Amino acid sequence: MSTTHAGSHADNYVSYLGNGTTWQSWLLTKDHKRIAILYLISISVFFLLGGIFAAAVRLELLTPQSDLMEAETYNKMFTMHGVVMIFFFLIPSIPATLGNFLIPIMCGAKDLAFPKINLLSWYLYIIGGVLGLYAAVNGGVETGWTFYTPYSSTYSNSAVIATAMGAFVAGFSSILTGLNFIVTIHKMRAPGLTWGRLPLFVWAHYATSLIQLLGTPVIAITLVLMMLERAFRIGFFDPALGGDPVLFQHLFWFYSHPAVYIMILPGMGVVSEIITAFSRKSVFGYKFIAGSSLGIAVIGFFVWGHHMFTSGQSVYASMVFALITQAVAVPSAIKVFNWTATMYKGSVSWDTPMLYALGFIGLFTIGGVTGVTVAMLGVDLHLHDTYFIVAHFHYVMVGGMVLAYLGGLHFWWPKMTGRMYHEIWARVSAVLVFLGFNFTFFPQFILGYMGMPRRYAAYPEEWQVLHIMSTVGASVLGFGFILPGIYLTASLLRGKAAQAPMNPYGAKGLEWTIPSPPPTENFLAMPTVNEEVYAYAETEEKALV
Amino acid sequence: MNKTLPLLPESASNLAADVDLLMILLTVFSIFFTIVIFVAVAVLAVKYHRKSEDEVPPHIHGSLPLEIAWSIGPFLLVLAMLPLSAKIMMNTYTPQPYAMEIFVTGKQWMWKLQHPEGPREINELHVPIGKPLKFTMISEDVLHSFYVPAFRVKKDVLPGRYTNFWVTPTKVGTYHLFCAEYCGTQHSGMIGKVHVMEQSDYEKWLSGGDESMTARGEALFNQYGCVTCHLADGKGRGPALVGVYNSMVKMQTGAIVKADESYLRESIINPRAKIVEKYSSIMPTFQGQISEEGLLQIIAYIKSLEQEGEAQQ
Repeated sequence: MSTTHAGSHADNYVSYLGNGTTWQSWLLTKDHKRIAILYLISISVFFLLGGIFAAAVRLELLTPQSDLMEAETYNKMFTMHGVVMIFFFLIPSIPATLGNFLIPIMCGAKDLAFPKINLLSWYLYIIGGVLGLYAAVNGGVETGWTFYTPYSSTYSNSAVIATAMGAFVAGFSSILTGLNFIVTIHKMRAPGLTWGRLPLFVWAHYATSLIQLLGTPVIAITLVLMMLERAFRIGFFDPALGGDPVLFQHLFWFYSHPAVYIMILPGMGVVSEIITAFSRKSVFGYKFIAGSSLGIAVIGFFVWGHHMFTSGQSVYASMVFALITQAVAVPSAIKVFNWTATMYKGSVSWDTPMLYALGFIGLFTIGGVTGVTVAMLGVDLHLHDTYFIVAHFHYVMVGGMVLAYLGGLHFWWPKMTGRMYHEIWARVSAVLVFLGFNFTFFPQFILGYMGMPRRYAAYPEEWQVLHIMSTVGASVLGFGFILPGIYLTASLLRGKAAQAPMNPYGAKGLEWTIPSPPPTENFLAMPTVNEEVYAYAETEEKALV
Repeated sequence: MNKTLPLLPESASNLAADVDLLMILLTVFSIFFTIVIFVAVAVLAVKYHRKSEDEVPPHIHGSLPLEIAWSIGPFLLVLAMLPLSAKIMMNTYTPQPYAMEIFVTGKQWMWKLQHPEGPREINELHVPIGKPLKFTMISEDVLHSFYVPAFRVKKDVLPGRYTNFWVTPTKVGTYHLFCAEYCGTQHSGMIGKVHVMEQSDYEKWLSGGDESMTARGEALFNQYGCVTCHLADGKGRGPALVGVYNSMVKMQTGAIVKADESYLRESIINPRAKIVEKYSSIMPTFQGQISEEGLLQIIAYIKSLEQEGEAQQ
C-alpha cells in the first residue's frame, strides 16, 4: 500500500465531519463514518447505563445481607446490567462503531454495500434500546438476561415482553450489519486487494458477520415463542401448558453461545491490528489467525450444550458437547500464541493502544483457560451457576472484549476525529483498568469454587472478605473507564492544537493513507493495492523455521 | 464478619476428592499457560521495546511447526483430563446399590425434602454418613437447582419431570444447600442445610420424627380413593400395584414400558397416556389435585408395596 498521499496535510478537502452540521445531516446520513459516530455515542450511553447497574450490584454485595436494596431490586439490577451490556453494548460495540467506520476504508471502498440499510440498522438499534429503556423505567425486568422459562413466560411480574421485544428488534440491527459487511467484503474490495491481503480486522468481522446472519434469527424466534407463551398462554416451554423448559435452553444457547463469539471475534480483529502496528512488523501466522476466526465461527455453533450439563440433558450429549467445546479452544489458543510471537524481533512501542492489546492477551488467556476448566463435565457440576462462571465470562467479555474495544478506540481515535488524545492520561487509564479489573474478578474465581451461587442478593457471612475485595476493585475499574470519557472528549475541544496527522503511528493499512479525519468519499482517488498486507519490512525474508 | 479467607470448601462426598483432584490439575494447567503467556508478553515487550523511530524489524511470516505444536499440544493435555471429568459425571448418574432415596420438591422459595422412612423436612436434610443417596427431584413451579457445594454436585430441578442423581456423603457435618438456578425474588433465600450424621445419631433423629413418607403416601392413596380400584389381589378395576415398581408392564398397544417413577407420575396425572393391557381407560386425571410432594409420597408408598411383594416371595 502506498505510504504517501497527496492529501496528507492538505486542508483543501472536506472531511466527513465538516460535510454538514445540521441535525438532518447526521440523523439522515448514509455515510458509514457518520453512522459509526452515531453508534459510538449511543453505545457509550448504554455502557454508562450498564455500568451504573453493575455499581448497584457491587454495592449491595458489600454486606452479606440484602440490605441496601430489596432482593427484587437487586434482581432487576443484575438483569438489566446483563441485558444492556450484552444486547446494547457488547454485541454492537466493535462491529457497529469501528467496523462500520473501517471495513469500507480497509476494503478501499467508498461506503458499505447498502448505505441506507446501514442507517436502518442504527434506527433499529435505537428502537430496541428505547424499548429496553421503556421496560427499565416501567417496572424493570428481573428474569436474568437469559429469560429462562417458565419463570419469564409465566411467573415473573416484570416488564419481560418490552425487554424481550427490545432485544428482538436490536437483533435485526445486528443481522443487517452482518449482511452489509459480508456483501461489502465480497464485492467491494479495491483492485489488488485479494483475500490473502485483507487485514485481520476484516477477516474477524467477516467471521462475526456469518454468525450474526445465521445465529440471530434463532434468538429472534425463541424470544417470539417466549412472548407468545407469556401473552397468550400458548404452550411451548411451560410444562403446565404442555411445553418443555429445557427446549428453551437449547434454542436460547444455540444463538447465545455463538453470540459470545459475535462479541469476542471483532476484539480479536482489533488486537491483531494493534499488535502488528505497534510492533511495526508483519503479523506472525497471518493465515492461521485468519483461518482460526472462521474456525471459531463454525465450531462455535456446536458447543451450546455446555451451558446445560446440569439441566437434565442426556449425559452422552453432554460428553459430546464437552469434547467439541475443548476443540473450540484450539483456534483461540492459536491466536494468542501468534500475537505473542508477532512481537519477536519487532520494534515494540508502549503506546496506549498497545497497552490495551497486551492487557487483552493476558486477560483473554485467563478467560480461555478457565473456559477449558468449566467445560470439564465433572468440575462443571460444581462450578456451574457459581461466581466461577461469572468471573470466567467477565474475563472474556470485559478483560477481552472491552479492553480490545478501548484499544481500538484509542488506535483509530485520531483517524475518526482528527484529534490526538492525552497520551499520559490514556496510559494511566489503561493501567487502572487492568489492575481494577483483576481486583474485581479474580476473587470471584475463589468465591465460585467455594460454592457461591450467582444471582444471590444475600450470601453466607464467610464470603464477605472476597466480596469486599471485588467491590473495591470495581471502584478502581469504574474510575479507569470514566477517564477515557474525559480525556477523549477533551481532545475534541482542544481544536487544532490536538490535530492528528494522517498516520500518527507509522502503521500500515489503507486507512492510514487517507487524511484524518477522512473525506466523505474516503479516497480522493480509487486506491490500488500492490503489496502484501502488513508490509513493514523493506525486504521479504524467509519464514522463521 | 469472618476474618479468615477460605480457599477450599468442605469435602464431604464420594465425588469431592475426584473433583478437587481434577480442579488442581486444571489449575496447574491454567497457571502454566497463563505464566507462559504473561512472561512471553513481558519479555518480548521489554526486550524489543522500540529504541529509535527508524527501526526496521525483519519480516517473519510464521512457522508451521510452531503452529502445529501450539495447536495440538495444549489440546492433547486437555483431552487427557476429559475422561476423569466424564467419570465424575457418570458417577452421579450411576445407580448405587442399597441407596437411600431422597425425594425433593422445589418451590418458590423453599425446599421440601423427605425420605421414605423419615419425617418431612423443609430446608433441612438429615442423612447418615456413608450411605449412597438417590435424589429424585421435581419442581412445583419454575426451574430450581439443588446444589450442595460440599458434595461438589448440583442438578437442576424441573417442573413436570423428575431428575435424579446419586451421591454418597463421606464426612459428618452441616453443609450449605443452595438453589443454583435463578428462580425469582427470594432466590438467594432458597437455601438450607444438609446434616450428615453418624448412623447412631441418625437413628436417634429418625425416631424423634413424625409420620414417615410411606405412611403419608398410604394415607393419600386411601384419601383419593385409589385403593377402591387398585386392589392388591388384582381383581379391581385397575391393575394391582404390588410389585409394579420397576417391572415391565405391557400396554394395550403392545408396547412394554418400565414402571419407573416418571411412569407412575404420568399414570396418576395423565392416566390416558398409557393404558395397561386388559384394562380400560376409566381412571380420571389427578392433574392439579395432588401436589408434587403428594405425588412423591404416593409413589414412595407404591414402591414400598414392591418391597413387601418381594419379601413374600
